[in-house]
Amino acid sequence: MAAVHSRVIAIEMHVDLSVKNVSKKFKSFTAVDDVTFEVEKGKFFSILGPSGCGKTTLLRMIAGFEEPSDGVIYIGAQNMAEIPPNKRPVNLIFQHLALFPMMNVADNIGFGLARRKVAKNEIKKKVADILERVNLTGFGPKKIHQLSGGQKQRVAIARSLVLDPTVLLLDEPLGALDLKLREQMKIELKKLQEEVGTTFVYITHDQSEALVMSDHVAVMNEGKFEQIDSPQNLYSRPASPFVARFVGNNNCLTGTCIGYGDGLAELRFSSGEKVGARTDRVLTPGVRAELFIRPESIIIEPDKELPELNRLQVMVSSILFDGANSQLLVTSPALADELLISLPQNRQYEHVAAGNSIEIGWNVRAGNCFEVR
Amino acid sequence: MKTLAQVKSRLPLFIFLTPILLWLFLLIVLPHLDLLRMSFRIENDYGDMIWSVNNYLEFFREPIYWLTFTRTALYAIIVTFLTLCISLPVAFYITKVAPPRFIGFLSLLLLMPFWVSELVRVYGWMILLRESGVINHFLLKWGILRQPVEMLYNDVAMTMGLVYTSMLFMVVPLLSVLDNLDDSLIEAAFDLGSTMPTIVWKIIIPHAMPGIASGSIVVFMLTLGNYLTPNLMGGKNSLWFTEQIYNQFIASFNWNQGSAFGFLLLIISSLIIFVGLKLTNQKLSRVIQ
Repeated sequence: MAAVHSRVIAIEMHVDLSVKNVSKKFKSFTAVDDVTFEVEKGKFFSILGPSGCGKTTLLRMIAGFEEPSDGVIYIGAQNMAEIPPNKRPVNLIFQHLALFPMMNVADNIGFGLARRKVAKNEIKKKVADILERVNLTGFGPKKIHQLSGGQKQRVAIARSLVLDPTVLLLDEPLGALDLKLREQMKIELKKLQEEVGTTFVYITHDQSEALVMSDHVAVMNEGKFEQIDSPQNLYSRPASPFVARFVGNNNCLTGTCIGYGDGLAELRFSSGEKVGARTDRVLTPGVRAELFIRPESIIIEPDKELPELNRLQVMVSSILFDGANSQLLVTSPALADELLISLPQNRQYEHVAAGNSIEIGWNVRAGNCFEVR
Repeated sequence: MKTLAQVKSRLPLFIFLTPILLWLFLLIVLPHLDLLRMSFRIENDYGDMIWSVNNYLEFFREPIYWLTFTRTALYAIIVTFLTLCISLPVAFYITKVAPPRFIGFLSLLLLMPFWVSELVRVYGWMILLRESGVINHFLLKWGILRQPVEMLYNDVAMTMGLVYTSMLFMVVPLLSVLDNLDDSLIEAAFDLGSTMPTIVWKIIIPHAMPGIASGSIVVFMLTLGNYLTPNLMGGKNSLWFTEQIYNQFIASFNWNQGSAFGFLLLIISSLIIFVGLKLTNQKLSRVIQ
């Protein structure tokens, strides 16, 4: 009995943040609808969703700025109900950072420590340490308006990390940066998180940020979690059509299921063409189904010998050149919508031009098929 | 040589500038120059007017004058401080706490007392506070007092009247600076472990400093130069420096002495504001924006 008990505690010890059946209602509008998840110690957890899906509300409930209408939030082993934000062992990095313009960098970072009545020279030492950690050694006396976007970012992170929170919450902090800097900060943030080992909960609408940095990603839509999974699974095995559409680029082909067996459905398009479609669900013949296929899963002019391939004759309508992300836009009488196909820039497909008729193909087990509801 | 086009392009500027320049020159600069000239003239033993700084020296020689001024300046500082203490929470409530749709309504409520003249407002207070006034009537009726008490004609009543008169001039600049304060700064401070008093002291007041300074300058100047409220609500017990100036002009017919006092009021109050700005580390150009 004692052994069982200690094991339960041991498991709970590893969970830094536990959200159980949390809902938030504003009058008739439900912003967050019965959300449950756990974040293990030291993990980078992202909540990914379109704007207005309720992710900021969820984060603000964890930080303590909103009270859940229903459900409980545990941080460590402590129930957070009724505990105000200034007493919670979490810190929030705001969307626009909310650095204090009336103080210099050192005072910003030391602000939380001073509130905890830490001795002055101790604060000085800790601020210097954390500044070194975020590569801003010697920036202490600078004013906030003298910093660049990336430096402000790092000061905001340092200001929270210096308090050694159990969980660090980040509300789309990279949103205001330009693309190049964002790419760089993504990698920097991930490295920093691995170094300090603090649990991060990161919300974003940018799927690339979520995929690159996270150990686990929750995809949120209309107040509900659609899927919680590793970035790889999210990409290759989406649990719902929403996830398939939202995470990464995807082509959607709609048809009727005419057969099912062994995780493989057969779809017929309105034009009569038939394709095989991998699915994690059991599809009964006769239902409408959507097949999601990634642009990079489609092969241009596939080898005649390749087995298990859905082949289609298409017309190139345009070439969208974007360096490594270049794509072909093709149409076919078999399809209602245009298809996007990745176009590798290795000179192999240089002869393909708009107006050409080409054959494309994809492995029957490459896509994901869902019943249309 | 200026081309015709250049002159033409300046023409609208001159047209719009002329009335304000005329107004400034004829009604402000010219009378002040005359007052300045007058303040340096005295009558000698033969009844002739001669140049002298005697009018200014008189202020320092006669204790009643400089004591009245010190008293006035101290009370003006107290009134400014009290007005700030009351206005800051009011402005904070209007900009940050009240639902956005009420902001216009609440600002209108603040403005409303200023639709009637200061005289009427002061008489309103007098009706409430005087010995046979509304407050005494109810206190007697409820048996809290046995004898009516005179609440007017003392420094407390005067201070209250002055604070009431100056409120708007403090709240308006505070509204505009607090409106610029990003809510997330307050939340961030809260998130980092602050309590409400530290947020006020470390975030809100430093942010509102330009508004506090400009509001304080206006309130201080208006209070120092106020004549009606100290005279009517303070009565004989609360002498205000403007009353000394009035006495010189109207009672003693000594315009030369009066204008010297007027200039002293202007110079010393400007000095106090200069010291105040230096102490709070503010720049006038930023404050009056």
